[in-house]
Amino acid sequence: MTRRLVALVLVAAALLAVPLVITNEFYLNLASQILIYGLLAVSLNLLVGYGGMVSLGHASFIGLTSYTAVLLLNAGFDQLTTALVAVAFSTLCGALFGVLALRASGIGFLMITLALGQIVWGIAYRANNLTGGDNGIRFAARPQPFGVDISSAPHFYYFTLIVFAVALFFIWRLVRSPFGAALQGARDQPRRMRMLGHNVWLIQWLAFVLSAFWGSVAGLLYVYYNLFISPHAISLQQSAETLLMAILGGASTLTGPIVGAIIITLVKNVVSTYIDRWNSLLGAIFVIVIMFMPFGIVPGLRQLWVRWRRRAKTERAV
Amino acid sequence: MQFWIIQTLNSVAFGGLLFLLSSGFSLAFGLMRIPNLAHGGFFMLGAYLGATIVSVGGNFWVAVLGAGLGVGLIGILFERLILRRLAGNVQGQVLVTLGVSFIIADLCLMIWTGDPWTLPAPSELRPPIRLGGFAFPTFRLVVLGIALVVAAALYVLMDRTRLGAMIRAGVDDMEMARGVGIPVSLLFTVVFSLGALLAGLGGTLGAPMLNAYPGLDADMLPLALIVVILGGAGSLLGAFVGSFAVGFLYNFGIALFPDLAYFILFLPMVLVLVFRPQGLFGRVAS
Repeated sequence: MTRRLVALVLVAAALLAVPLVITNEFYLNLASQILIYGLLAVSLNLLVGYGGMVSLGHASFIGLTSYTAVLLLNAGFDQLTTALVAVAFSTLCGALFGVLALRASGIGFLMITLALGQIVWGIAYRANNLTGGDNGIRFAARPQPFGVDISSAPHFYYFTLIVFAVALFFIWRLVRSPFGAALQGARDQPRRMRMLGHNVWLIQWLAFVLSAFWGSVAGLLYVYYNLFISPHAISLQQSAETLLMAILGGASTLTGPIVGAIIITLVKNVVSTYIDRWNSLLGAIFVIVIMFMPFGIVPGLRQLWVRWRRRAKTERAV
Repeated sequence: MQFWIIQTLNSVAFGGLLFLLSSGFSLAFGLMRIPNLAHGGFFMLGAYLGATIVSVGGNFWVAVLGAGLGVGLIGILFERLILRRLAGNVQGQVLVTLGVSFIIADLCLMIWTGDPWTLPAPSELRPPIRLGGFAFPTFRLVVLGIALVVAAALYVLMDRTRLGAMIRAGVDDMEMARGVGIPVSLLFTVVFSLGALLAGLGGTLGAPMLNAYPGLDADMLPLALIVVILGGAGSLLGAFVGSFAVGFLYNFGIALFPDLAYFILFLPMVLVLVFRPQGLFGRVAS
């Protein structure tokens, strides 16, 4: 336990030191992006990893939050109201999506979420008067929480880091709570859970709503970061990328999706400066990960670590 | 009046095209239990291949066949080399088809560039048929005719042949089908590549109406999904009815309420999923 605490402190110190080490604005912004996509992937992973429900529509929560925020701010509301209502509305949509999607399980669930994601995308794409269509729409300015200006890259990084840390703490508590245990039980043994008197549907629906909520928070960060939202940000490809982050890093762990977000965001940004075949590469990573690393990187490394430790121990014993 | 007649005809012709796209998709979905998310990519690949064959001097009908066979071959390879290795892992299979769809889309963009490729209808089919004061586009009628012939052929295949009986058995109860000695995994390859072949044919036949352009795959895949969800996976009749229903919804949706066209399309799909998850004619819960 103490070792874990030390590791946690080290990671926190490293994250806090990032703007001191990386002074280049481009790379610092990349770090902020990683935190945003990390949160998005972790929130999706509540469903995918802990709930066993594979959703292909998670990017819609970026869109629902961002577009609502843009419209409210343009209508003259203040930043705090805008942020609260945008997240609340998006989460509410998530609650409705959850009711629809949980009519089915497995592939049916996946297809309903895909269809719902496409509806959101289609509305964003077609409703020109409201959303600016394909051209997207601008978000006027970043807020000033408690009077602090977060327009510069380091300040925005710290703002994102705080939100990210709070979110991660809550999600960590959640998956360790009795509810988290029930969710994993509903994933592995829905029948037995029902026999034990748990309302499996309610557990899964609550997980969907919570996942939508944190996805919406990530969506708010997204629109603060980019100050812009267009249908490209909420396409099927974005949903698939987020899912890939979760699976690549390891859907059965809390930290896996963050590792996935780091890798995908870095590869995407670094690779696309050299070649413009990002989509092929994304597809190839998808295929390779699923065929050869179905449990992801973090569990894979953990397994290697355990094996290595065991071997070291036996050698010492000899 | 002319508007309604032309739109109706367009809807029916588009429905025919959708049947070519989604019948094989539906059979593979019913049998293998996976929606092939690369199916839109297969259709687009067919459109590009056909346009290329015509642009190097090939006959239109040669192009249709060539595109069908080419994409069918890709279907065989995909099923044998990738999907087969993930047998039993349905979720992994679906995600792999998604990954492959990205690769197909990106390679098409690389090979055929971002500009649309137009493929003119064969010259003998270009003059419209005049009937009772209305002009009907001949090519669309021919596409509809081809779709109907394919539908009839598939019906005979599924309902009157031994192969069809084996496929139906696999759709209904795979374990039992395996148990009585039906080579179900061989059927997977047959049905999957048949679906790819039909998508390839459909791509070239659709190119004179839709053109071949980046994003065609993403436009067509949701339509195929909707058809199959409406009609029910693995049901030929379902794919037939669903194709024409979606053809009408799509065409009239775009013509009358362009802003809401997407909504009009997906709403029935969501409703069917919610109230009748196995589809209108489905045997298998999706």
